Amino acid sequence: MAQFRLPANSRITEGTTWSAPADSKRIQRFRIYRWNPEDGLNPRVDTYEVDMDSCGPMVLDALIKIKNEVDPTLTFRRSCREGICGSCAMNVDGTNTLACTKACSEVDGDVRIYPLPHLPVVKDLVPDLTHFYAQYASIKPWIRTRTPTPPDHERLQSKDDREELDGLYECILCACCSTSCPSYWWNGDRFLGPAILLQAYRWIVDSRDEATGERLDDLEDSFKLYRCHTIMNCTRTCPKGLNPARAIAEIKKLMLARR
Amino acid sequence: MQTDNRPLSPHLQVYRPQLTSVLSICHRAAGVLLAGGSLLLIYWLAAVASGPEAYATAQAVLGSLPARLLLFGWTLALFYHLGNGIRHLFWDAGKGFELRTAYASGYAVIASAVVLTLLVWILATTVGGA
Repeated sequence: MAQFRLPANSRITEGTTWSAPADSKRIQRFRIYRWNPEDGLNPRVDTYEVDMDSCGPMVLDALIKIKNEVDPTLTFRRSCREGICGSCAMNVDGTNTLACTKACSEVDGDVRIYPLPHLPVVKDLVPDLTHFYAQYASIKPWIRTRTPTPPDHERLQSKDDREELDGLYECILCACCSTSCPSYWWNGDRFLGPAILLQAYRWIVDSRDEATGERLDDLEDSFKLYRCHTIMNCTRTCPKGLNPARAIAEIKKLMLARR
Repeated sequence: MQTDNRPLSPHLQVYRPQLTSVLSICHRAAGVLLAGGSLLLIYWLAAVASGPEAYATAQAVLGSLPARLLLFGWTLALFYHLGNGIRHLFWDAGKGFELRTAYASGYAVIASAVVLTLLVWILATTVGGA
């Protein structure tokens, strides 16, 4: 059953404000979710004033500047800083996105930053994605074959067959879509969510994969697949411009077609 | 490291309402309202079958201002649920998933629900003479 209120230990309090240097001309305020597993307190929102004249354009630039120059305890994941690793996925200005590809100037007023929604928090902006990765493993995201490997060449694919994977292979598993989905919030324990279902479809339509039937069998479940109610928050939020909602609809169509 | 008291990150509290999610929850709410409204329809049908006196009572009850406001709401819910239901049929056929299309169809469903509701009520109050 859906729990709409946050549990008592998760309710957010007001934190401290860190002012920008006095000579700053162009200040933007960053309101950032903080939770420290060491202090036994509830999560809080700290406010950091940043001089944008000495800061890079992206939200990740501001986070790094704050960590380097203001508050080294601020904790977040980041790696590639160019939208290909998916590490810095977080909720910025009310929607999930990658901090490294989201410009601060896109946000009117204060930049509100929270961890990806409805996940256990490890620290500050770092959510626990263990369950998400376990769900990914559950769809067996690798090529499964029955026929023997050709002795003298790779398993080949026509250009048309390869094109089926466009819009799927680009997924970086940042979890923005899954954690934007209300259905995943309420039923994420059993519903696979948009990211994992898009990955499942990626293997279902791969012409080289020979386990399509088993893959569909595995998804034939009122929770794993059919908790998708085509809300479309996933497609709305995907920082890579992919369309998980359509991939899920295609799986549903295949389920019907084989009845 | 302590892992048993981890807070749950905020969800409804911070996620921006947007056309996609708002229309979806409205679809569900409209469905619930219509289920309630169908009881009223059954009441009216039962009154019709019970004879002139019961029918006159039902007409008086349903003609009162609060009932009319409720009926207006139900009309809106009906046309919204109908329009968005058709939108869902297209999705079930794998069509209309481009974000631009989904937004356009969403606005179209809202507009059609409002227009059809007003049309029905204009017809009901002028032609129907109630």
